[in-house]
Amino acid sequence: MFDKISRSLGDLREWADERFPVTAFWQDHLVKYYAPKNLNFWYFFGSLAFLVLVIQLLTGIFLTMNYKPTADTAFASVEYIMRDVNWGWLIRYIHSTGASFFFIVIYLHMFRALLYGSYRKPRELLWVFGMLIFVVLMAEAFMGYLLPWGQMSFWGAQVIISLFGAIPYIGDDLALWIRGDFVVADATLNRFFAFHVIAFPLLLIGLVLFHMIALHSVGSNNPDGIEIKKQKDENGVPLDGIPFHPYYTVKDMVGVVVFLIIFSAVIFYAPEMGGWFLEKDNFVPADPLKTPEHIAPLWYFTPFYAILRAVPDKFLGVVAMGASMVVLFLLPWLDRSPVRSIRYRGPWFKLALSVFVVSFIGLAYLGTVTATPLATLFSRIFSILYFAFFLLMPIYSKWDKTKPLPERVTEK
Amino acid sequence: MKPLFIVICLLLFGFFTINVSAGGSDVMLDSVDIQLDDRAAIKRGAKLFVNYCLNCHSANFMRYSRIAQDLDMSSDEVRNQLITTGAKVGESMNVAIAEEDAKRWFGTAVPDLSVIARARGVDWLYTYLRSFYRDDSRPWGVNNSVFKDVGMPHVLWELQGLQVPIMESYTDEQGNTSERIRGFKLIEKGMLNTSEYDAAMRDLVTFLAYLGEPSKLQRLALGKWVLLFLTGFLILVILLKKEYWRDIH
Repeated sequence: MFDKISRSLGDLREWADERFPVTAFWQDHLVKYYAPKNLNFWYFFGSLAFLVLVIQLLTGIFLTMNYKPTADTAFASVEYIMRDVNWGWLIRYIHSTGASFFFIVIYLHMFRALLYGSYRKPRELLWVFGMLIFVVLMAEAFMGYLLPWGQMSFWGAQVIISLFGAIPYIGDDLALWIRGDFVVADATLNRFFAFHVIAFPLLLIGLVLFHMIALHSVGSNNPDGIEIKKQKDENGVPLDGIPFHPYYTVKDMVGVVVFLIIFSAVIFYAPEMGGWFLEKDNFVPADPLKTPEHIAPLWYFTPFYAILRAVPDKFLGVVAMGASMVVLFLLPWLDRSPVRSIRYRGPWFKLALSVFVVSFIGLAYLGTVTATPLATLFSRIFSILYFAFFLLMPIYSKWDKTKPLPERVTEK
Repeated sequence: MKPLFIVICLLLFGFFTINVSAGGSDVMLDSVDIQLDDRAAIKRGAKLFVNYCLNCHSANFMRYSRIAQDLDMSSDEVRNQLITTGAKVGESMNVAIAEEDAKRWFGTAVPDLSVIARARGVDWLYTYLRSFYRDDSRPWGVNNSVFKDVGMPHVLWELQGLQVPIMESYTDEQGNTSERIRGFKLIEKGMLNTSEYDAAMRDLVTFLAYLGEPSKLQRLALGKWVLLFLTGFLILVILLKKEYWRDIH
């Protein structure tokens, strides 16, 4: 009986393989894709980012079934989802919490790359695709935040789009063109909806695919920052590599379940997260005639927003904010260290990275508060340190004293 | 790794001990301790709501039938106790006040109260409802210490009575002296005494909190089972991972 079933399944696979590379795909990307055996905690966030992407896509589809993207109905349709749609509240909270968790996971994923030099040759394009994902994700989140059509949605969008107005000559026309009206209005909501549910998700999926293709072509870096492909056995298998499936599939499952525990705790017990994930002002319907006292972007934009505000001139502020993102793209070419991983770097890089982390978190905080003179002073100091980390990197990373690299990966 | 982490923590700690932004709002709010699972309180609050608020304020996103379902009330009970208009049980809590009229009477459109508790917070609502005081310069003869020059009349006047503010002078951080309201003194008694009125407002705020997110009870009740399941599942996947990784050295 079992013989028969397994034989017919084998036949089916053969039939499929002659027409589509099922087995080859399975082997190339899972059972014969060799990942370093020493990947640690920081390596959970790649698979988690993919998980959150899938969660957002699925919950997004169901939200679209009941959400109505017009200025008159948007706010009410969200409340309709929260009250009258079966399990609507759960789907909506998963989606709104997922947005914030997406950024938590992505920031940690990027920090991992900084720690272990994962952007270094030959992984430059892998990093660039990742950065593109990050930028598209910010646009996706920004447009999505307009959709509930609350006060923060409206005024946040109003402030950010007006930044384009600071560009000389074309600024005002550009801002008008983006909004489709003189203020954020129904036309803006409609087009943001279109971008949020189809244009940017398609782009994200495409970029994630490119990110994965690049990764699977060069292979994962690891906490030691050495190439496992340099040491292979007689079959061409890296000595320090283990098949992704089953080893990392079961390991990532642990990460996934831990993630889901934290994620669920927020969804069920603190979906507003004290106003950080869902802002109080967004429970007031958008009112173009009433400006809220304090307009702050959502927490994941605040580091860049603080850089913008640190510059006295509006246009130069926009330039600085853009530059703060551009330098991230250039990272693979700024780092001149002979080693990749922080484990073998010297004191200067470690100091620079600590200063960078403090500046980034400091800016993130400062972006949320009202601009007092002291807050502005700190924003300026942290902005300079932020840029110094990147722009001085060719110097300090080159001159820094490094430790000798091991031949094989180490277990720590 | 370890020293790096410590340096980062110390620097961050140092930064966050500096107060870079000026202190928050100058209005002190009274805190209220509400119990969302206290159905009797929600029911009492609902009655106050339909009698005193629902004449001008709507709660458009809420259906009477949802209240019936959540509070275990029959359709007849809802019809008799909560519906004062000809609305059907399945309809939402609308009012027939036109925006034009509202603007003429109160100077502003009357906000819908469906999610007001999520926008303002329960403490704000509780303080606001107890902070109307006599002010003859205002069109309705009352003002509010939490919401200055509010357009709303003191509709709960017959319950609370009428109060006047007790002023005090204070000096702020910059050294400017000004007057502010310290408390209130009742000058005309209402149907309830102060503690009864406070209790009634607590009920009303409890209802408003429920109204803001009726699925909250369901959410809290489900949460522990989800977490329990995931924790059990975590043990399984950890064991599975250990089993597979035994042969990796």
